[in-house]
Amino acid sequence: MADTSWSTGLTTGPTAGVTDAPARHGSPTDQQSTIRPGVTPPATASVPVKPSTRNRKAGGAGRNGGGHVVRILLRLLVIGYLFFLVVWPVSLVVLRTFAPVNDTGGFDAFLTRISDPAFGYAFGLTLTAALWAVGLNAVFGLGISLLLVRYSFPGRRLLSALVDLPMSVSPVVVGLALVLAYSSNQGWFGPLLESLDWQIIFSTPGIVLATTFVSLPLVIREIVPVLQEIGTEQELAARSLGAGAVQTFLRITLPAIKWALVYGVVLSLARALGEFGAVKIVSQGASFNGETATLLVANRYGNFDEASAYAAAFLLVLIAITALVVVTILRPSKEHRS
Amino acid sequence: MKPDTLTRPAAAGLGLALLWFSILVLIPLAAIVLSSTAGGWQQFIGTITDPQTFAALRLTILQALGAALVNVVLGTAIAWVLVRDRFPGKAVLEVIIDIPFALPTIVAGLVLLSLYGPESPLGINVVNTQQGIFLALLFVTLPFVVRTVQPVLLELDQDVEEAAASLGASRFTTFRRVMLPALMPAITAGASLAFARAISEFGALVLISGNTPFVTEVASLKILKFIESDNRAAAASVALVLLVVSLAVLIALDILQRKVARRG
Repeated sequence: MADTSWSTGLTTGPTAGVTDAPARHGSPTDQQSTIRPGVTPPATASVPVKPSTRNRKAGGAGRNGGGHVVRILLRLLVIGYLFFLVVWPVSLVVLRTFAPVNDTGGFDAFLTRISDPAFGYAFGLTLTAALWAVGLNAVFGLGISLLLVRYSFPGRRLLSALVDLPMSVSPVVVGLALVLAYSSNQGWFGPLLESLDWQIIFSTPGIVLATTFVSLPLVIREIVPVLQEIGTEQELAARSLGAGAVQTFLRITLPAIKWALVYGVVLSLARALGEFGAVKIVSQGASFNGETATLLVANRYGNFDEASAYAAAFLLVLIAITALVVVTILRPSKEHRS
Repeated sequence: MKPDTLTRPAAAGLGLALLWFSILVLIPLAAIVLSSTAGGWQQFIGTITDPQTFAALRLTILQALGAALVNVVLGTAIAWVLVRDRFPGKAVLEVIIDIPFALPTIVAGLVLLSLYGPESPLGINVVNTQQGIFLALLFVTLPFVVRTVQPVLLELDQDVEEAAASLGASRFTTFRRVMLPALMPAITAGASLAFARAISEFGALVLISGNTPFVTEVASLKILKFIESDNRAAAASVALVLLVVSLAVLIALDILQRKVARRG
C-alpha cells in the first residue's frame, strides 16, 4: 500500500480515491482469496499429472535449466530497459552539469551559474509557491479527510470522488481553467477582481493556485486510509472521559495520523516544486517576472544556454531525490505507527 | 464504525472546505466546459474535427495507447523481477523505478534529451519525431504498472505456482493459467493510469516534440498554441476532450475495481 500510494502520489492520475481507499487497501488479499479457487481447478484439470518431487524442493523459479535461462533473460531485459530509459540519461545530466564548457567548468562554473540572481529569484518564487500550496493543502486535506471519514452528509461520496479529480487533469488544462475563471481581461471573475485591484493570473497568486491545484489530493490520500484504519474507539473513549473535541483531536487523532500527514506533505512539496505546465500558462514566465525554477530550465534551454538549464535541472533533481529518500526513510516508521 | 451526522462546527468546516474547493477546482473546470461550448455545439464539433486538431488528438491517444501497452509487458516484467528475482543491487532498481515520478516533467524532458537529443553520445536524435514523444511517454509512465502489480504479486501465493508446476505445467502454462488471471486486474489498473497520464502529458514533451502540425503535435501542446494565439474557446474545446477521455478511463477503472472487490 505504501508503495502504491507513493508512486501514484507524485504525479498525475490515480484513482486510489477516498472512496476506493478501503477497497484498495484490502485488494491484494481480496484478489488472492477470490482468484485462487477460480484459477486452480482449470490449471489442475488441463495439466497432465506428472508428479515430481524434485520440483517441490527447488521451489518457485530456477527449478530447471530452462527456467533459469528465462529468469536471467528477464533480469537482463529489465536492467537494460531501466538503464537506457532512466539511469544513463539521468547520469548524463549530472555529468554535464559539471562538464567544462569553453575551458571553464567543473564545480566552480556550476556555482557561478547558480549564483546568477535570476536563479535566486526563480528558486525563491518556486519555494514561496510550494510552501503556500503545501500549507493550504495540509489544512484543507486534514479537514476534508476528517469530514469524509468521521461524518456522514449528503453528497459525501461525490465529494470524495471529486477531491481526487485534480490529479487526473492535464497541467495545461489546469492552467487554462484558472485563466478562464480568473484572468482580469476575459475571466469570469475578471471584472470583479479588476475592481478590487487583485491580479491573480500573471502574478504570484496565480502560480500559488496552479501549484495548489495540482498537488491537492496528495495529503488526503495519505490521511484517509489511516483514519479509516484507526477507527473511533480511542476517540470515543477520550470523549466519554470528558475530553473536548479539540483536546481529543490534538491528543488522540493527530498523533495517530502524524506520519501520514508528514508523508503527504513531503509528496505535496515535491510535486509543487516540480510543477511546470500549469505554471507556464498562468505566469508571465519572464526572468524576474514570474519565472519559476522549472520555467527557468525551459527558458534557458530554449535560449541555447544549456549549461544553466542543466545546473537548474540538477538542483531540481537533487531536491526530487532528497524527497524520494526522505519518503523511503519515513515509510517504515509510518507502517509501525499505523 | 458508524460516521456521525454533522455537528455545527463540522458543518461550518464543511462549508469552508467546499467554498475553497469550488474556488480552486470546480469553478475553473466549469469555466472550461462552458467556454468550450460558448459558441454552440457546432463550433465545438468544428474545432475538434478541424484536420490539424483532430490529428493532434489522434496522435495523443494512439501514442498513449502504445505507451500503456509497452508498460503492460515491461511493467509486469519489472514487477516480477523486483518480487521474484534476487541479485545484488536489486534495491537500487526500486529507487530507479520512482525517479520518473519524482523528477519535474520539464527535467524529465531535459534528461531524455541528454542521451537522445542533438548532443547524443549514441548519435540518436529523437527531437521532433514521434519516437521521441513515445520515449518521453514511456519515461513518465514507467512506475504505474510496476507499482500496481508489485503488491499483488507479493501477496500471490507461490504454492499455487508450485502446485501447477509439480503437476507438470510448463513455466509458460503456469504463467498464463495461474499468475496472469490473478495479476490481470492490477495490470489493467496500472495500464489505465499510465494511459490517463500519457494523454495529459505536457512538460516532458515541450522540449522533445517539435510541435509540427500533423506529425508531432500532441493535444496538450495544441492547447498551449491556442492559448498563445488567444483562441480560448478552441483551447477549452481540446481541453474538454482530454478531460472527458481521462474521466472515462478513471470511471471505468473504478467500476472494475469495485467488481474485483465485490467478488471477494
